[in-house]
Amino acid sequence: MIDMTTKYAVEVEDLTVAYDTKPVLWDIDLKFPKGKLTAIVGPNGAGKSTLIKAIVGLLKPVSGSIRINGETQDLRSLKTRIGYVPQSSSVDWDFPATVESVVLMGCYGKLGWVRRPRKEDYALTRQALKKVGMDDYADRHISQLSGGQQQRVFLARALAQEAEIYFMDEPFKGVDAQTEKAIVQLLKELRDQGKTVIVVHHDLQTVADCRWWPADRSAKFLMMKI
Amino acid sequence: MDTLIFLFSDYTFQTVALGSALLGLISGVLGCFAVLRKQSLLGDGISHSALPGVVMAFILLGVKNTEGLLLGAIVSGLLATILMISIVRYTRIKFDSALALVMSVFFGLGLALLTYVQKIPNSNQAGLSRFIFGQASTLLQRDIIVMAVCGVVLLALVVLFWKEFMVFTFDSDFAQTLGFSSQKLNLLLSFMIVVAIIIGLQTVGVILMSAMLITPAVAARQWTNRLGVMVTLSAFFGALSGVAGTAASSLVPKLPTGPSIVVCVSGIVLISILFAPGRGILYRANRRRKNRLLFRMEGGSPDVPTI
Amino acid sequence: MSPQFEIQLIAVIVAVTCALPGVFLVLRRMSMMADSITHTILLGIVLAFFVTHDLSSPLLILGAALMGVVTVWLTEMLAETKLLAEDAAIGVVFPLLFSIAIILITRYAGSVHLDTDSVLLGELAFAPFDRMVVAGRDIGAKAIYTTGALLLINLAVVVIFFKELKIATFDPMLAAVLGFMPGLVHYGLMTLVSLTAVGVFQAVGSILVVAFMIGPPVTAYLLTDDLKWMLILSGLIGAASGILGYQAAMLLDVSIAGSMAVTIGVIFLLTFIFAPRRGLIHALRRRYNQKIEFAKLALLFHLYYHEGSDVEAREAGIDTIRLHMNWDAAFAEKIIRILIREKSVAFSGGMVKLTEQGRRNSIAGYDALFPG
Repeated sequence: MIDMTTKYAVEVEDLTVAYDTKPVLWDIDLKFPKGKLTAIVGPNGAGKSTLIKAIVGLLKPVSGSIRINGETQDLRSLKTRIGYVPQSSSVDWDFPATVESVVLMGCYGKLGWVRRPRKEDYALTRQALKKVGMDDYADRHISQLSGGQQQRVFLARALAQEAEIYFMDEPFKGVDAQTEKAIVQLLKELRDQGKTVIVVHHDLQTVADCRWWPADRSAKFLMMKI
Repeated sequence: MDTLIFLFSDYTFQTVALGSALLGLISGVLGCFAVLRKQSLLGDGISHSALPGVVMAFILLGVKNTEGLLLGAIVSGLLATILMISIVRYTRIKFDSALALVMSVFFGLGLALLTYVQKIPNSNQAGLSRFIFGQASTLLQRDIIVMAVCGVVLLALVVLFWKEFMVFTFDSDFAQTLGFSSQKLNLLLSFMIVVAIIIGLQTVGVILMSAMLITPAVAARQWTNRLGVMVTLSAFFGALSGVAGTAASSLVPKLPTGPSIVVCVSGIVLISILFAPGRGILYRANRRRKNRLLFRMEGGSPDVPTI
Repeated sequence: MSPQFEIQLIAVIVAVTCALPGVFLVLRRMSMMADSITHTILLGIVLAFFVTHDLSSPLLILGAALMGVVTVWLTEMLAETKLLAEDAAIGVVFPLLFSIAIILITRYAGSVHLDTDSVLLGELAFAPFDRMVVAGRDIGAKAIYTTGALLLINLAVVVIFFKELKIATFDPMLAAVLGFMPGLVHYGLMTLVSLTAVGVFQAVGSILVVAFMIGPPVTAYLLTDDLKWMLILSGLIGAASGILGYQAAMLLDVSIAGSMAVTIGVIFLLTFIFAPRRGLIHALRRRYNQKIEFAKLALLFHLYYHEGSDVEAREAGIDTIRLHMNWDAAFAEKIIRILIREKSVAFSGGMVKLTEQGRRNSIAGYDALFPG
């Protein structure tokens, strides 16, 4: 059910974003092709996370426009289309929640306000956990997970969103080699299913075998197609 | 035992105990969200800051009915919150200093207003000072009705927006990308916490009310890793200490209700922190001892530094 | 000395005494811990009072100081279990100790003449009744001497240990390396806070002490960057609120301590709104200017990139440019008007065009943002 009228999943035009009073991105034009796996690579402080946050609607840009599947971005149109995986360090892992309940949160967007998760949402949660190899951990508390496992839980949560476009902020940070392999495999699978995947990454070394090009004349990061 | 039976069949006690139980229940539920959002002390600030609102409502409206006074408390509690947030947002002053400053100044204003009221002849102000330490025995049936109505509304909202509050408290950015506006949820949840605090002022008083918010939630957290269970337990702990504290203060002469409830709930937190399975201090110490034994049996060094 | 003068003198001494350690509390982010201590020293006072039956006994000071340290220790111990956050630990410890104190006072106060209000809320107006008599001569209110001694202690500590306090506050790691023992400074400061609180509670009550400790330093923090000046300004603000607060209290016939706290609040509020460089008005204006500056530069960049390209007519068209920047019409018009006035852009052929100067500004802005 992917709209084929536009070639690009995300089009960013003339985007300027400031964090508090510090300008981070200046007049950037970017296009992310549909159904491809794209990585945004660059050093710390280059504004990669800021770009992702602006695209998913967490930061309000100073100027410029963002189109998702050819439509202007707003909260309502976003929620069923995009899956967001924040950096795993951004939450309190001592929060009283089991692995399953965190992954279930991925289904909340579809449900909308007030409605409860249904049987099929739980089934979807199980499925997502299975895909990341965490189905044995469903009833574990999230504080009992390793860094790699935490990242897998976040990934499963995004899978449960059944989105068209996935944004992942540093999914390889603090992750063991085995998990990293599993994540890359999963991302490729997603791409093969026709989903668009956009990954933020800080290290050029880890992902070899790819073409890369400068993202934009004023951006301090590169993009690459994997 | 006979005294207890006699006590629980006493109509006045029933009213007061019901009020305290309601207060414990409501603040127990909302307190979980305050604690999990790392806003424990904000409750302290809001409750201290409610005092001038109570006295101001009395001066301006000339009434002493609970609804009017609590309305004043809500207004000044919210005003203080806005002030604290803007100080942190627009200056380099840190949150803890802004909190300590605003709450102590508001409390000072409350005291000044209180002494002002006391000097107005025929003002019939007696009872206003119960808001400082709380006096459950002054609870009337209609106060209970006000509390019950607020409580039902608050609990209904928590049930209704359960999944939204959960995802917002855990990961507000993610909630935002799901289409749940963080701003709206923050506003709603904060307002509900303020109302929960204000409801308890009459019984526990402005200085100690924050304990009713924080302590049951902290105790409940130790026993479970599920939010639903934590909120239920916290409500239970809150209600239990409400009744126990009120009973103690009715049985023992000259035992103020508010502090007595707080001592009860602190007792629960102490037990929880020490004995809760999985997290409790004693449980962990025991596990460490077993591990050390295991190490010794398997020939490992017993003095492996723990992280 | 007239009683009015004595009261004001005590008010000034109390305010300055509190402000001195307060500066370090604010800088070390220990304000809420101080708030907690000022509540819990009540338990120390009550326990010591049960032993001595005298509100001016030195044992009270010992009891309160001990209780202050116990509070800090208990809170930190709780927080170290990692079972609860540090702010929650403060919120668990102080209500418990405070509740125990209130229960003790209410239950036994009748037999020991300890009035809840006098401890919690204080009454400065009564201070002149308690006289200091030396060798049969009345040399002024007793409180002048007790609070005065405390002021001297605080002043001496701040002056003598200025270097240690400063370094332990700004860089505890460095302090530890240099052998200054930041832990000792930490507990020393907390003891000083407890001592100060117990020394002034009869005048202003234990709950309001925190307003005097935090208010003036926070206000001074908005006015200066220099630690020495912050101490001096805090003292001055404290002293001013002592006198003004007393006058207001007399005028309105209200509690002196409450009125002093409100005065501190008012002085802070005025500073918060109007302070040069760090006040609200300045912050709002700066944010607004920054927004305009960002927008100007963003537009210049935009024009520069698309200059001469085949989409220039669309990207830089007078009517279409705002769509590309995603600005509303009024904002776009305002920014363009400013740039025209600065001679950076001009209208030509239905487009917004960079002038030579605009081009230079755009390049200069780019180089400044992305050096190298």
